[in-house]
Formats: sequence, structure tokens, C-alpha cells
Amino acid sequence: MKTVNKGVRKKDAMQLLTGKPVYTNDLAPAECLIVKLLRSPHANAVIEDINTDIAMKVKGIEAIYTWRDIPEGQMRFTCAGQTYPEPSPYDRLILDKHVRFVGDVVAIVAGENEKCVDKAISLIKVKYKVLTPLLDFTLAKDNEILVHPEDNWESLCPVGADNKRNLCAHDESSSGDIDKTLSECDIVIDRTYHTKAVQQTMMETFRTFCTIDMYGRLNVVSSTQIVFHCRRIIANALGIPKTMVRVSKPRIGGGFGAKQTSISEIYPAFVTWHTKKPSKILFSREESMTASTPRHEMQLHVRLGAMRDGRIRGIDLYTLSNTGAYGEHGPTTVGLSGHKSIPLYGSAESFRFISDVVYTNRMSAGAYRGYGATQGLFAVESAVNELAAELGMDPIALRELNITREGEVMPAYYSQMNTSCALDRCLERVKRMINWDEKYPCRDMGNGKVRSVGMAMAMQGSGISGVDVGSATLRLNETGFYTLNIGAADMGTGCDTILAQIAAEVLECDIEDINVYGADTDVSPYDSGSYASSTTYVTGKATEMCALELRSRICELGASMLGVERDKAEFDGRAVFVSDEPEKRVELFDIATASMCGNNIALAVTKTHSSEISPPPFMVGAAEVEIDKETGEIEVVDYYAAVDCGTTINPNLARVQAEGGILQGIGMALTENITYNENGRVLENSLMQYKIPTRVDIGHIHVEFESSYENEGPFGAKSIGEVVINTPPPAIADAVYNAVGKRFYELPITPEQIANAENKFE
Amino acid sequence: MLITVTLNGKKQQSDVEPDMLLIDFVRAHGCLSVKRGCETSNCGLCTVFLDDKPVLSCSVLAARADGKSVTTLEGLQEEASEFAEFVADQGAEQCGFCNPGFVMNVIAMLRENPDPSEEEIKEYLAGNLCRCSGYEGQLRGILNFLDMRRRRDQI
Repeated sequence: MKTVNKGVRKKDAMQLLTGKPVYTNDLAPAECLIVKLLRSPHANAVIEDINTDIAMKVKGIEAIYTWRDIPEGQMRFTCAGQTYPEPSPYDRLILDKHVRFVGDVVAIVAGENEKCVDKAISLIKVKYKVLTPLLDFTLAKDNEILVHPEDNWESLCPVGADNKRNLCAHDESSSGDIDKTLSECDIVIDRTYHTKAVQQTMMETFRTFCTIDMYGRLNVVSSTQIVFHCRRIIANALGIPKTMVRVSKPRIGGGFGAKQTSISEIYPAFVTWHTKKPSKILFSREESMTASTPRHEMQLHVRLGAMRDGRIRGIDLYTLSNTGAYGEHGPTTVGLSGHKSIPLYGSAESFRFISDVVYTNRMSAGAYRGYGATQGLFAVESAVNELAAELGMDPIALRELNITREGEVMPAYYSQMNTSCALDRCLERVKRMINWDEKYPCRDMGNGKVRSVGMAMAMQGSGISGVDVGSATLRLNETGFYTLNIGAADMGTGCDTILAQIAAEVLECDIEDINVYGADTDVSPYDSGSYASSTTYVTGKATEMCALELRSRICELGASMLGVERDKAEFDGRAVFVSDEPEKRVELFDIATASMCGNNIALAVTKTHSSEISPPPFMVGAAEVEIDKETGEIEVVDYYAAVDCGTTINPNLARVQAEGGILQGIGMALTENITYNENGRVLENSLMQYKIPTRVDIGHIHVEFESSYENEGPFGAKSIGEVVINTPPPAIADAVYNAVGKRFYELPITPEQIANAENKFE
Repeated sequence: MLITVTLNGKKQQSDVEPDMLLIDFVRAHGCLSVKRGCETSNCGLCTVFLDDKPVLSCSVLAARADGKSVTTLEGLQEEASEFAEFVADQGAEQCGFCNPGFVMNVIAMLRENPDPSEEEIKEYLAGNLCRCSGYEGQLRGILNFLDMRRRRDQI
């Protein structure tokens, strides 16, 4: 292959590295009204009175909106970027009389500059009827405090939601008789795990600007992964026709799922629609830390049954998920906690997976890389590591005995066939990379420090099967270069480049000959958006199909120019020639020129693709940590990973995805945490308190690829974006156990906890 | 208040509010490479040079720059590009939002210490956060760049 599987530079790399103005706030018109939000200081309250009279008198203030400005009968909506009808309940209004978490929006203020807006916000007088908040998610189901008591709350899909029980979703699935299986097992590991809410912490906070265009329509430019869903969300929120909304995205300063929820768009959209003036909102870091869309906190009860010989026979999982004040991505994330952890163990003859998702008066959760699988894999992989220790077996050997293999059906993965899988090779590879046999389980370094290792496996999906839609439009331009138009969102991941590589491979041209444009609801072909690890696999396949069809059209026009039948001509990327007489040829340049003069064959093609399956990428990760026996200080000295993402379309970008995801996972394992005070206020409201890893917090991350070949993917590719975040929490937790002798069932694992552990290092 | 600042080599007089931050000043003067990633001096995205020393422009008043020179990435395009090619060859730019501050601080580091060790690199750049790359690709880019320079200087 000439372009695919090559580490070509990202098409926008040099523009980004040299600081060109390509992000939302760089492009916003100077005359934008500044939009800011007055937020609730209470976790659960009803606004009894709100007075904006004095605030409106501040010079420069254009408008202040409160719940009174929302028409009665306005339907509720969700900010979750999902295919309609969304599984997430319709439980929001732009402005509501009932505020449900500390940070919920009370008023929208727009003015000429930041100063006058800040002043006006401080002058708004609100009288709250403060209600008792529901903060503990383990008490939420059927609690007498209802987060959403309102009657116009609506669930569009049969996800088991019931607002009168604080239930955002409930689901049950199983195969075989799990109770019988577990009763027959020699050993059952029965443990409960707790993963906390953590922040995506993309460097660019949420931001959007809006203008009214030449047709009187609302033109929204936003840092979003989901332009098409965003159009629907804004139209729903404002109660205006979707024809009146256009959404496009410029460069995005990181997403990680955070921007799969329309957190910021609806506010300037509301302001610009009503004032007909341009406006913008830039979330502060504090707002991004306290009123955003972090990972769902989960409590996971695992029962893992096995025989003495190490054969895993059954997995029983109950997941309780905390969606916070609103249900964005609540019903769907929880599903992955079971469906993307249990199937790793192909040997298991039965499983059961039950889940509840509950509302509380905390910040709403949302989509974050891994999307529930991260939480589920921490629990299941930790339980398997504990099983290995109980059995006195090497954890890698235990996996080798039980893993799913290519060609097997995976009952807990929607009974899909495991179509491409190098998990066995990933195990071998990581074992070699880390030098496992020498280092497992731990070594006393003789300087007050202990080094130990731990490992875990992971899987994810490649798009949502039967739901996600990817499309590509390719066009031949004069002189013979192409335009590739997509609705997928490059958020730094490099999909613009990866999709161009796929098109270039098919069209046998240089990647420089393909210009990429996306994403814009007025121009791009429909795409669900960049999430669920879908873009390379789903939109990549659409791009491949599109390029093949365009090849054929070029050949058709070339053949007619040569005066031969279509099936007598071939295209080699530069010219169409007669198969039997290769010297009879017409150059692409001339075909392109001819396509613009007296031509009836369109040299533009759109293809749409959706996949009936979601082939999992697999990976194995292993951590070597060093722990100070006195202080409990822990450092990840080296992290090793072998990834099976199918064919790596761009090995450089796949590697960086893996390295970045692994470090995010390490952050979740060791330092990142969102905690609340007794009134429901988030304590980690800046990067000062919320500790993401810096470059001195990690030794080295080593990534290698063990590729399977996925027939349904473009050139054999699966996904890479999400699977990579999943192994560090269980691998590090087991490394800690191997050094300290104590198991930790809650994240993050801090030096204090290690130092305070009883009987440690014995 | 009136201040005189030499911004990317161009001396200019401006009327600013006393509490205006340097980041807002440079952005208002078209230097849009300078990004705000936090409000607490933690992320390094807003790094600019004040009289050739790297500072966090979110934590410096514009008034402090009176009579001084301020350099942003817009004023260092050639020097930045030479290094940036090596990061691009790793794909480690990713979303790019932290890139300007990172590149500025790499330039500052290499001016102070033209041949830093890996540890020195990590220490110097500890204040430049990146959420995409895991830092490995950035490090490979820096090491490859240093390697190229060493070989070039030998010739």
C-alpha cells in the first residue's frame, strides 16, 4: 500500500504547531456580544423570584434571560449528541425554575464586554426555595427526593427510565444460568468497585459563537464533535425549525467525548436568535470543571466464578451509574460497563449483567473516552487479577486460558462473532515487552522503594452497530485534484488526514492531491459525528466506497473520451487507458478539464455507510510502578501496551492516540478525582486541584501494534481512540497490590491510602 | 493608561485598562496563537516572552509590559517551524491547542540550554500541559530535533 499504513503528517499539523488562528474563539467576530451564565449556588432549589431590573441598567448590557423567557409548553430536550430518537431522556430546559446542581444555569446575560456582563451578573437578585439535595447515588433509586419530579420529562426510547423513581435507565441481560454456574464453581470472587467521575480536561474549554446569516438563519460555529446532532439539539432547545440552524466546526482543541454533548451551544444560540446580534460564550476552566459532562461515577458489583484449574465459568455484574442532574449518555454508557468487559472471557458459559442509572443533584455526567467500558474493565479486570492471586496463577497465564478468540461468538457482546482478534498475540507481546517473568510480581529495590508490575486487558467497539452513519463526498476538480467532504469531526485525532489517506490509496494519488473539508451541516454529507470510536471504521469505509465509485466514474468519462466501452478501459491514478492498448490514454488533467465542458457524467460521488457489526479493538497493558515504602508515593516508571486496532491506517497517529489515552488512564488511576462538599459543590474547580498528569509524572509509555485484519473495515482497520484508556486503572491497581499486599477497590489510588494501608509491604 | 510595548519587534503605544492582562492585550493585537487554557497559571498555553524570558501572559498585567518587548509565536515563525516539523513527523501536535505555548517554551529552553538531557527537557517543560499526546511524541520530536542539530553542527 502506498498511503495507507504510512505515518504521514497530519494535514493541519504545521498550521497548528505554528499557532495559526483556526479555533472557535480565533474566528469569532470582534463585535460578538459576550455571553455568560449566572449559576445556581444550590444543589437543589426552586427559583421563587428573580429580579434583573438593576442588572439591566448596567451600561453595555444587551439582554438578560431567565426561566420566564422560556415559553410555557416548551418541550424538554437532551444535550446528548446521539442518533434520534436519543436514548438519553428529554429532561432539560435552557432555563428552568428548578435548578438541580451547584452550577445549574439561572440566567443568561449578554453584553458588550466581559466587565459589564460580570457586573450585571453580580446585580441579579434571586430568591431560592432551597430543597434538600440528593447527593449519594447509592441512595437515589426510589428516594423521596426527586431530581426530576416534572410531568413533561420524557424518555423517547425503552431504556427502563422512570423519573418518579430517579431512574434514568435500567437494563438486564444474560446468557445461561449464572446462579447455577457460580454455585458449581470452586472459587467465586465477589467484590464491589467504585470509579469516580473524572474530567476529560481537553485544553480548549467549551466555546461557541453564533451569527445570523444572509438568509436570516442561525449560524453556529462551535467546538463540537457532533455538528448534525448539535443542529437538532439547538432547534429543540430554542423551539425553532431545524431549517433555521446551521452548525459548523473549525479546529477543535480536544474533545475526548466532552464535546459529544452540546454544553455551550444553546446559550449563545438563544441570545443571537433573540437579539439577531452575533454572540459568543467561552466557558472558563472553572465552569468546565464544575458544570460540564464528566465520566459517570459507577459502583460495580462483580461475581466471578472459576474452577481450580483457572477456567473462568461465569461473570455476574451489577452496575450502578450516577448520571447526576441530567441524563446525558446515562442509558448508553452503563451498557458498555458489561458489554465491553465480560466478552473478553470467551470461556465463560454464562453471564448476567444488570444495571441501574440514577439521577442525583450532582453535575451531569456525559461521554468520556471509554464510555463506561473503562469503569467496567476496572472492575472485571481487577476481579480477574484477584482470582489469579487466589489461584496462585500468573495473571497472563490465566488470561491465555480464558480469552475470546477470533471466530468465536461473544454472547455478552450482543452475540456477535469475534471477526478479528489478536488478543492472544497482544498478551505474548506485552509479556515480552515488559520482561514479565523477571519482574512479576515485585522487587525490593533496597532503597526504601519497591518496584512491581500489573497487567490488564481491554476492548471497545468500532462505532455503534446498526446505528452510526458515516458519509463521504469526493469530487474531481480541474487539473485533477480532489475534494473530500466529510461530516466527521477531526478534534485533533487526525481523521481529516486518515480519511484522505484512504481516499488517496484508492484513487492512487498523493495525499496532497486531496483537500479535506468538514464539518458543516449545510455542506457535509450526513455523519453521526466523531464518537463511539466510529470515524476510521465507519466513515473510513464510506470514504473507501466513495473513492471506488469515483474511480469508476473517472474511468467511464475517460473511456468515452477514448471512444471505447467502459469495461475496456482502466484507471491508474494518472490516466485512463485502453486495457489492450495502454498507449491509448487520456490524462486525469484532461478528464478533469473535460468534466467541466459539455459533460453529462458527474465526477462527484457521495457514499454512506453503516455497519451491522462493531468489531472490537483489543489491547493488553502492563504497568511497572515504583512505590516509596514510607510515603506511599507512586510513580509509573514504564507502561507497556500492545494494541490490536486492525490495520493502522496511520501508525504515527495510532501510536499517539494510544500514548495519550494511556496517560489519561494513568491520571484516572492515580490522581484525578471529582469530590463534593456536603452542599454538593465540586471541590476540584481548577487545574490547581484537579491534577492531570504532567510530563514529570510519567516515565515512559511504550506502544506496539499486533494487528488483526477486519474484513468489514477500510483496509482491515478497526478503531483506536477509546480502547487505549482502559487498561491503566486495573493494571496499576494490581501492580499496587503486588507491591503493597493490599487491594484497592476505589479510584484514584493515592499515596495517602497506600501509606495508611495496614500490614503493608509484608 | 498609555503603555508602549514592542510587540514582535514593532513598537506601539496603546491605551489599556490598568487591570488588562497581557494575554488579552496580545490577542487584541492580533496575536491569536496565545491561548487561555486555565485561569490559575497551571497549563502553560499562554506562554509569551517578556524581554526574551518566558512568562505566563494570563498572570502578567499588560501594564507590566510597558517599555518592554513582548514576543509571541507570531514573531518566531521561522524558528518555530524548524522545530515544529519534528513534532509534526510524530503526529504529536494532535489537537494543537497547547502547541503554541509548548513551542514557545521549547524555544526558550533551547536558548538557555542548547543541548538539554531528557530529564532537563521534562523539568523545563513540566508546566506545559498536553492532554492529547501523553507527552511521548513531543519528547521524540524534541530529541529528533536535537539529534538533527547535533549532526548538522558536526558537518
